[in-house]
Amino acid sequence: MSFAQGFFYLFSIVTVGSAFMVISSRNPVHSVLFLILAFVNAAGLFLLMGAEFLAMILIVVYVGAVAVLFLFVVMMLDVDFAELRQGFLNYLPLGATLGLIFFIELAMVITIDVMDPKSIGGKAELAKTDPSISNTEALGRVLYTEHVYYFQISGLVLLVAMIGAIVLTLRHKAGVKRQNIADQVARTRDTAIEVKKVPFGQGV
Amino acid sequence: METDLMANGWGWVVAIALLKSVGLLVALLVFVAFILLADRKIWAAVQLRRGPNVVGPFGLLQSFADLLKFVLKEPTIPAGANKGVFLLAPLVTTTLALAAWAVVPVADGWAIANINVGILYIFAVSSLGVYGVIMGGWASNSKYPFLGALRSAAQMVSYEVSIGFVIITVLLCVGSLNLTDIVEAQNGKYGMLGWFWLPLFPMFVIFFISALAETNRPPFDLPEAESELVAGFMVEYGSTPYMMFMLGEYVAIVTMCSLTTILFLGGWLPPFQVVPFTWVPGVIWFVLKVCLVFFMFAMVKAFVPRYRYDQLMRLGWKVFLPISLFMVVAVAGVLQFMGWAP
Repeated sequence: MSFAQGFFYLFSIVTVGSAFMVISSRNPVHSVLFLILAFVNAAGLFLLMGAEFLAMILIVVYVGAVAVLFLFVVMMLDVDFAELRQGFLNYLPLGATLGLIFFIELAMVITIDVMDPKSIGGKAELAKTDPSISNTEALGRVLYTEHVYYFQISGLVLLVAMIGAIVLTLRHKAGVKRQNIADQVARTRDTAIEVKKVPFGQGV
Repeated sequence: METDLMANGWGWVVAIALLKSVGLLVALLVFVAFILLADRKIWAAVQLRRGPNVVGPFGLLQSFADLLKFVLKEPTIPAGANKGVFLLAPLVTTTLALAAWAVVPVADGWAIANINVGILYIFAVSSLGVYGVIMGGWASNSKYPFLGALRSAAQMVSYEVSIGFVIITVLLCVGSLNLTDIVEAQNGKYGMLGWFWLPLFPMFVIFFISALAETNRPPFDLPEAESELVAGFMVEYGSTPYMMFMLGEYVAIVTMCSLTTILFLGGWLPPFQVVPFTWVPGVIWFVLKVCLVFFMFAMVKAFVPRYRYDQLMRLGWKVFLPISLFMVVAVAGVLQFMGWAP
């Protein structure tokens, strides 16, 4: 067994094991922590395939940002997971069907190679890359030329989602005091201080 | 890499990598011990105190005495704590902080792993540092640690965004994600005036301030703010686990200092390419620059009052984010328009 193979088995066993623990552990915070372990090991698998850029982006985006927010929410919510589990058997058929459909789709993608939209119905060709350039550069060259529309559209979808989330949560309550930095900075001696002459024995 | 493994047999390669790692680890930990002392000494000097001055000449051995004290004390775990996560948290902090050093080039060719995506690796590992804090705060099962953990989660995620954009502007000027290439790109005929701190000065300032926030240094040490949260996420920790947190924090600070050095201060390059400067080996320039950046970190701690939490968030999202976004566009535009893009 070669060096890389050993690491492949290590990463895959830990990924599958921690993915199983995500759905089976009793404590929701432990679930999220196992999810993070699964992400990190998936990044390790990417590294073994030579996709170092994807591996690092997976860690930065999913582990460094998305999973932190998951953890944040799960820690704050007081969810009774024992209660949630009660309908497990009722929902099992639906869940199993969805899982099966997803599995068949994955199997199709892997076996018939329909990943490249240009080659639907035929065998997809792997993008030809120059071995002398790093895969960051190779990705950039394809992403900003051939697939620029998909790239822009996905950016637009994210923008719409972001604005939607802001619109849904932004409320200006009346009567709440807010700090306005510009107003504070604009204050001068004249607008802030008033000198009063206080008559003796009377107060202001 | 693959051919290396074929030719030598992988046992040999692993042995050399292990030796290098242990060497770097020892050097780094000794450096951190003295940096910790320097932090306290500088702080004391600003306040006209003497600082630690009893153990060893000028208190030089203070950090080692502290180490012994921490290790020899009994670790206590609160009864209501989640034991596994409670002990895992300091380990995660320290391990991740040390892991970042796998790619840092301390001199020309002196990196354990000279990988293509070095800067992304450091960025990824430093963004994981928040987990130690969150896990510690949650597992303690106590109010103050939990509040500290929540603050930290929001703070570190916010400032990562602006750090990311600062890194992108530097990468635009370099055209590579390799740390060695980033340093080499600053090697020009103008010496230290050609390093990125001058042409990208606004980004240098933003990076420095964001690095303070990312490492939970004062004035952004809200996760541990002792005046309001006692010690934040570390309240329930003592002895060795506490020391691990402390160590991880300081290693992360040194990492950020060296990242500033690599991105903006020309890494191991001498300030001028003339004779007396070029005689000094690169590693010494590197350490000197890291010490300079750390001195700035320590001075900020000594004389800037702590930010309020909403001010911190405003600074990150409403000031740094727009400025750094604009600078990414501006730098990219200038490079493209002038034909300087690598």
